[in-house]
Amino acid sequence: MLDGKGPDAIFRNGLVNQEILLPKCDDCGRYHFFPRVMCPHCHGDAISWHRASGKGRLHTTTVVRRKPERGGDYNVCMVELEEGVRMMSRVDGIAPDGVKIDMAVTAFVADADGTPAVFFKPAEV
Amino acid sequence: MTNNLRGKSAIVGTGHAGFGEAHGFTAYDVMAQSALAALKDAGLRLSDVDGLFCTMMEDSMPALMATEYLGIQPRFLDGTMTGGSSFVNYLTSATMALEAGLCDVALIVYGSNQRTASGKLVTASRPPAYEAPYNPRYPISAYAMAAARHMHEYGTTREQLADVAVAARAWAQHNPEAFERGPLSREDVLGARMVGDPLTVRDCCLVTDGGGAIVMVRAERAKDFPKPPVYVLGSAAESSHRQISQMQDFTVTAARDSGRRAFAAAGVSPKDIQAVELYDAFTINTILFLEDLGFCAKGDGGAFVEGGRIAPGGVLPVNTNGGGLSCVHPGMYGIFTVIEAARQIRGDAPGLQLNNIDLALAHGNGGVLSSQVTAILGSHNTL
Repeated sequence: MLDGKGPDAIFRNGLVNQEILLPKCDDCGRYHFFPRVMCPHCHGDAISWHRASGKGRLHTTTVVRRKPERGGDYNVCMVELEEGVRMMSRVDGIAPDGVKIDMAVTAFVADADGTPAVFFKPAEV
Repeated sequence: MTNNLRGKSAIVGTGHAGFGEAHGFTAYDVMAQSALAALKDAGLRLSDVDGLFCTMMEDSMPALMATEYLGIQPRFLDGTMTGGSSFVNYLTSATMALEAGLCDVALIVYGSNQRTASGKLVTASRPPAYEAPYNPRYPISAYAMAAARHMHEYGTTREQLADVAVAARAWAQHNPEAFERGPLSREDVLGARMVGDPLTVRDCCLVTDGGGAIVMVRAERAKDFPKPPVYVLGSAAESSHRQISQMQDFTVTAARDSGRRAFAAAGVSPKDIQAVELYDAFTINTILFLEDLGFCAKGDGGAFVEGGRIAPGGVLPVNTNGGGLSCVHPGMYGIFTVIEAARQIRGDAPGLQLNNIDLALAHGNGGVLSSQVTAILGSHNTL
C-alpha cells in the first residue's frame, strides 16, 4: 500500500498505524534518520524499512523555559535509538528538568498538534 | 591541501551603521549606510563597486534587493547564504573573483533592523519537519543541547560558561560602540533568567539593529588607499549539517576542519594569533571554537576561558569588541568578526586597541553550529 510513496509519507503512514518505521540501507546496512531516498552514509539508494525496537538512550537535553500561563516549561531532547540513529523528541512522564543524559527511554507514538509524532518515556526498569 | 590565494586580496575599508537601535530605518537602509561608511573609509564611491557579496535575513533574493537599493550593476554577485558565517565565507569568494579579474572592487555588506522591527530574531527559515513537533526554541535549544553535552562529557561548568559572557562584557566596557557596557559578574550571569537549560539570558547574544561592510581589492593596489591594508592570508569553510538533530557530535564542530585549512593556507598556527574574533552567539560557542580551532585541546575550553583568561589582560584576547554577547548582534554577527580583526590590525579598533597586532583570526558560525568559516588576516608585515 506504500508503493509509489516517498520516504516521508512512508514514515508518517507508519506513525498513523502506531508503528515507528526506520529506513535502512541494503548496501551498507546502516539506518538513517530523517528518512531519505538515499543513504547519507554510503550514498546507496536501496532503502528498506524496518520497525524500530523503541529502545533509546538520552543523548542530550534542554528545558525550554516558558511562562506558566503559556503552558509552562517543557523538555526538548535528542534520543539515540538502539538502531544507531538519533531523533529530536520529548520525554514525557517526568519533570522536564528530570530528563538526564544517558537515561534509558522507550518510544511511543502520540498526537502533536493534530499529527502523530514519536515521543519517549522513561524505560521500565 | 593548501591554495595559492595567500595575501592576494586586502581589506581597504570597513564601515558599520545603526548599532543598537536604528529607529525608523529598514534593514536595507542600515545595509546602505554601512556600505557608504566602508567606501568612505576606503576613499571610494559606490560607482566603483563592481562585485557585491551580500545576504540578508529577509526576502528570497536579498542580494538582488541590495543591488537595486544601492543603484549599482555589479558584474559579480555572490549571495550564498550559510547564515552568520556568510560574510566570512565571502572573503574567499571575493578573493577568488578579484584574483580572476571578475571584479576590481568587492563590497561585502549586511544590515538588519531586527531589534526595532520585532525585538526578536528574524528568520525566513521554516521549522524543520522532523523537529517542529517538539517546539525547540530556535536557535537557543540547539546551543543549549550542545552545552549540556559538553558539560556531560568534559565536566565543563556553569561558571566557566558564565566567564565567557563576563569576559565579553569586560571588553565591551572599553568600546563606545558596544550596546551593553554595564558591569556584569559571574553571579549576574548565573542568576539571570534561565531560558534554555543550561543557558541563561546572559549566555545569549544581544538582539540589536546594525550593519557592517567591507571593501576589498587585489593586493597589488592595496597600498593606494587611505588606511593600512589588511591582507587575507587564509580562509576556509567546512559545512556539516543544517538541523541540530543532524549534528554528529554535539561537542565537535566543523571549525576543526575550517581552522586547520585556514591555518595551513596562511602558513601560521594558533600560537601566532594575537587577536581572536569568534562568533559568540552563545557562551558555549566561544568554548567550542577555541577548542576546535586549536587554541586548546578538546574538553579544555572551559578551563581555558575561566577567570578572565580571555578578558582584557588575560592570556589570549578574544572578542576584543565585546562580541555578539555585548557589542552588537543584528541577526547575523559574522561580518563584525572580520571588521574587528581588521581594525585591530590597522590600529583603529573602537575599544581596547591591542599593541602591534600583525595577525588576527575571524571565525564565522552559521545555522546551528552548521557552517564554520575561518579567516586569518594579517598586516603588511606578514606577507
